Amino acid sequence: MPQRAMFDRRDFLKSGAAAGIGLLIGFHLDARAATDPAEEQEKKPVNPFDAWVRITPDNRVTLILGKSEMGQGAMTALPMILAEELSVDWNQVKVEQAPTNPKVYDHGTGGSGSVAGSWLPLRRAGAAAREMLITAAAERWSVNRDTCVAKDGGVLHGARQNFLTYGQLVADAAKLPIPDLKTVPLKNSSEFAIVGQNIPRIDAKEKATGKARFGIDARVPGMLYAVVARCPVFGGKVKSFDTTKTKGVSGVRDVITIDAVAKGAFTAGGVVVLADNSWAAMEGRRALKIVWEEGPNITESSETLHKQFLENAAKAGKVVRNDGDADAALARSTKKVDATYEFPFAAHATMEPMNCTVEIRPDRAEAWVPTQAPQWAQDIIAGVSGLPRESVVVHTTLMGGGFGRRYQADFVMEAAQVAKATGKPVMVLWTREDDMQHDFYRPASYHKLQGALDGDGKLAAWKHFQTSTSIAAMWEDKGEENPQNSEFGTAVFIPYETPNFRVEYTLAKSGVPRAWWRSVEHSTSGFVVESFVDELAAAAGVDPYEYRLRLIGDDRVIPDFANPKEGKPLDTARQKGVLKLAAEKGGWGSPVPKGVGRGIASYYSFETYTACVAEVSIKDKAVKVNRLVYAVDCGRPVNPGGVRAQVESAAIYGLSAILHDAITIQGGRVEQANFNDYDVPRIGDTPKTEVHVVASSEEPTGIGEPGLPVVGAAVCNALYTLTGKRIRRLPIRPEDLA
Amino acid sequence: MAVTFTLNGKSTTVEVDPQMPLLWVLRDTLSMTGTKFGCGMALCGACTVHINGEATRSCITPISSVAGKKITTIEGLSADGSHPVQKAWIEEDVPQCGYCQSGQIMSAVALLAKKPNPSDADIDDAMSGNICRCGTYQRIRKAIHRAASLQAATK
Repeated sequence: MPQRAMFDRRDFLKSGAAAGIGLLIGFHLDARAATDPAEEQEKKPVNPFDAWVRITPDNRVTLILGKSEMGQGAMTALPMILAEELSVDWNQVKVEQAPTNPKVYDHGTGGSGSVAGSWLPLRRAGAAAREMLITAAAERWSVNRDTCVAKDGGVLHGARQNFLTYGQLVADAAKLPIPDLKTVPLKNSSEFAIVGQNIPRIDAKEKATGKARFGIDARVPGMLYAVVARCPVFGGKVKSFDTTKTKGVSGVRDVITIDAVAKGAFTAGGVVVLADNSWAAMEGRRALKIVWEEGPNITESSETLHKQFLENAAKAGKVVRNDGDADAALARSTKKVDATYEFPFAAHATMEPMNCTVEIRPDRAEAWVPTQAPQWAQDIIAGVSGLPRESVVVHTTLMGGGFGRRYQADFVMEAAQVAKATGKPVMVLWTREDDMQHDFYRPASYHKLQGALDGDGKLAAWKHFQTSTSIAAMWEDKGEENPQNSEFGTAVFIPYETPNFRVEYTLAKSGVPRAWWRSVEHSTSGFVVESFVDELAAAAGVDPYEYRLRLIGDDRVIPDFANPKEGKPLDTARQKGVLKLAAEKGGWGSPVPKGVGRGIASYYSFETYTACVAEVSIKDKAVKVNRLVYAVDCGRPVNPGGVRAQVESAAIYGLSAILHDAITIQGGRVEQANFNDYDVPRIGDTPKTEVHVVASSEEPTGIGEPGLPVVGAAVCNALYTLTGKRIRRLPIRPEDLA
Repeated sequence: MAVTFTLNGKSTTVEVDPQMPLLWVLRDTLSMTGTKFGCGMALCGACTVHINGEATRSCITPISSVAGKKITTIEGLSADGSHPVQKAWIEEDVPQCGYCQSGQIMSAVALLAKKPNPSDADIDDAMSGNICRCGTYQRIRKAIHRAASLQAATK
């Protein structure tokens, strides 16, 4: 079984620097960047695809992984790609997390991009190493290299049946020039022996034995544990505080304050209690007496936000897209459908609460960070400590869930501030309540949909107005001017044909922090588009599956209007492909038992096509999701088992926000605090889930998120067949089911 | 206050505040980090250990209450992942992020000790206190059935 190398990073850096240890290729995985001078590479803000290959004389192959592992399986799938091109035994492969080096790596892990983005670069890296090893063997044997092949972790010369392992060849190969990555020969896919196999996770054993080390498990000699008291009202500050009782708590060492940091890290600042252990720090915080200056957000509530949504929706918004004349088509239509959909804020609620451990010494800093963005962590610690970036070592640990939350650096900033102030190694630990009440939430949004059917039941017009607490307005440079940039996704290039298509947007103001939550805008866009098309099907009196196929129409490609420069166009043939597969496997059209409803939804996100058939029933005024049948087309599935696991996971995460949880605001603060009032799905809520993966030879695309956007609509469309009522306000409430 | 208990078969004494929860004694005093902190209120099950064989949430268990008792943590199930439940977890490829899995496994081991051949309903009932945000529940069910078979085969 392959393993993760339990390798001390400092040892690795030392050994890597030592000459002659083996073949240490600093592959710059972006082929273009590899040809740039070093200073040009350094200037590049983002080098998307980097990793290193190491082959040691004992014939082990190591992929140094620049991406972070948060459960999505990148640590297994990425080495599979490399091992394939290298023609090594999978059991030979080890994986190490990369040291944080912005000159070489882009570590950012998100957007369902790890496999999709690494596919070609990793193949080229593996192939280049293989070609160099073949050349080394041919030279050793003085034979034509065309008569040599790579096989089972070595090079074979057919005529003489000579075989040398990569380990035996590595010293010679290391001296050869690196082939042009753009032209290095890649394996024919018919020869694939690893890619496309169901490979078990590389980290399953350490995670089943308690040996896996997460950020929260960092232990440094002499470390203190810290918790921060933050103003519960967003944007509020400390006015005064009394530490008398706190200092009497056994184990408490110190109480300090840290400042709030604005744009970027977005920290709240607050009062920090440092102690010998986590519990003493929490008890010390409980004993603090703090008077807060709560600030202007105190008047915000979910109710005021809802009012704002309605006010915004009563007026026209900024035009995001306009084809034809939707208003005129609506005005003359005799068959119209109107619907509004409203979503609350959603918290990530990763199982491992936020935490970060930092030690800042006069000459260097070291940090243990469960992060999707280690480079950002390095920059922050460098900035706070005043040290050069090169003197800041960031250990990217395993993460107890990411889902976008760990793309933030607020917890890193806090830990850096506390480490700087105390001069000691410190873990800043968040409690569940901290995590729930100081998240960066999935935006709350409100959508007004209007559709017109023509005499043939075709779509004469589709108009979508959205108002939301935009992510872009919080994060992007011109986000206040273009807040719609983060809010629509595929809702601005739907696969359903209509000559009159209009999308409008108005920003809703809010003091509640927002950011990326698993599948981001698609989590709401998928629900809205796939619920509304179902409503149109009902109005047209057509089976919702047949209706979708009819509206998608002919095979064609639809440009990605949301991301015209980089986004792949939507291929309607593939969209129809997953719809048909899900319908077939889900028994669409077959009779359903009494009391069971069946619904369908299909959506395109992260360049992956997904469809889902849901079967639901209602029990004790609650939804019971009995079965989900998915079809996914994510291009070539590198690890089909991993693909299925991610879709199963996204389904449950999506159901969480549909069936159960909402973050509500009162007095400028979050009302929920722990899993008693943010009640996420448990094992009894779990449907039987089947995932059918399309056997495609297209380039691999995203899989961590695309399973999510369809699940809510499929479930609610199924509920409609039972109750005759549409779910238009999430999460589902008992009165929606009566 | 000195508290003595048996931890994974070894007599262990700690000198800590008697109110300190077992979770933090394990994690911070003894550096046994396999047991996880998730909620602090016995709502998520990440901190599950066995006290005298019973699945217990260590985050709300004061250390003073475990004096003289036998505690088993994930580290005490096996040295090498060879416990049938761990084997089943690996074979069914259950973990994703993995953070909740120590607690899930400890709950599953306690279930199987009481019900060697549990139904899906038994599993849903016994495991309802363990949250997994990666949604590995379907595989947890399968793994518990597999572990039941593995245990039956070794008896």
